[in-house]
Amino acid sequence: MTAPLLSFYLFSAVILLSSLMVISSKNPVHSVLFLILTFFNAAGLFVILHAEFLAMILIIVYVGAVAVLFLFVVMMLDINFTKGKENVLQYMPFGLFIGAVFVCELIIVLINSKLDLANIQILSNPFAKFSNMTNTQALGSVLYTDYILYFQLSGVILLVAMIGSIVLTLRDRTGVRRQIIGEQLERNSSSTVLKEVESGEGVDI
Amino acid sequence: MIQLEQFLILSSLIFSIGVIGIFLNRKNVIIILMSVELILLAVNINLVAFSYFLGDLTGQIFALFVLTVAAAEAAIGLAILVVYNRNAGNIEIENINSLKG
Repeated sequence: MTAPLLSFYLFSAVILLSSLMVISSKNPVHSVLFLILTFFNAAGLFVILHAEFLAMILIIVYVGAVAVLFLFVVMMLDINFTKGKENVLQYMPFGLFIGAVFVCELIIVLINSKLDLANIQILSNPFAKFSNMTNTQALGSVLYTDYILYFQLSGVILLVAMIGSIVLTLRDRTGVRRQIIGEQLERNSSSTVLKEVESGEGVDI
Repeated sequence: MIQLEQFLILSSLIFSIGVIGIFLNRKNVIIILMSVELILLAVNINLVAFSYFLGDLTGQIFALFVLTVAAAEAAIGLAILVVYNRNAGNIEIENINSLKG
């Protein structure tokens, strides 16, 4: 048992257990926390696979942004999670059936296919090209040259997602006083009302 | 040493857990969104494992794009969820049937 193999088993065991807890725990806050645990251990797997940049991005983007977003929404929605527990297992047989079919199909494919990676000659970005670079440098040198179009398009996707979520959640509340710059600038002295106010008494406007 | 097959089995198990989570959970849309995140994580593990064992960097690039799309999808999904909760008062899946199929 070498150290990478041992840590692979450790990380994958934690990933499997915590992802099972994600889908099975009653409280969505616990689900989000187990999701964060899953992502941390997946980052560990990426480090084993020498993808250090992706591991760090996984922690920063998923744990730092996406999981916290989930946590915000779970706590903000304030749903009554306890009611209606009686039919929680109503879809259990169906779900397990679908899952078992997936697992069996994937295992059958895995057993029957002979992957011979050594004979694959068509590599667009082999590691040998980047032997003198760190992982981040290598990724950047490919991402900003060959995949620049896809990089820009993913930026557009993020922009669309940002605009979309803002537009979806924006609402006009009645009874909220906002600053309207145009109205402020249009005021002049002829339309304003000045009243003398006695000290200690109110005034009706 | 670790084999590619071990990573493939692991990612197929995570993928299946995600799919089971979608079918199993009928109370809460947030859990379904988390299951989708698990599925995308399985895809990412697959891509990075192939990148390592093939000795090619392209898999990591694609994993980066999958990460981008997953973040956008989570943002939009949660925004829709917030709006739906504001309109309907709950997010239970069994009550979401205005479009009766």
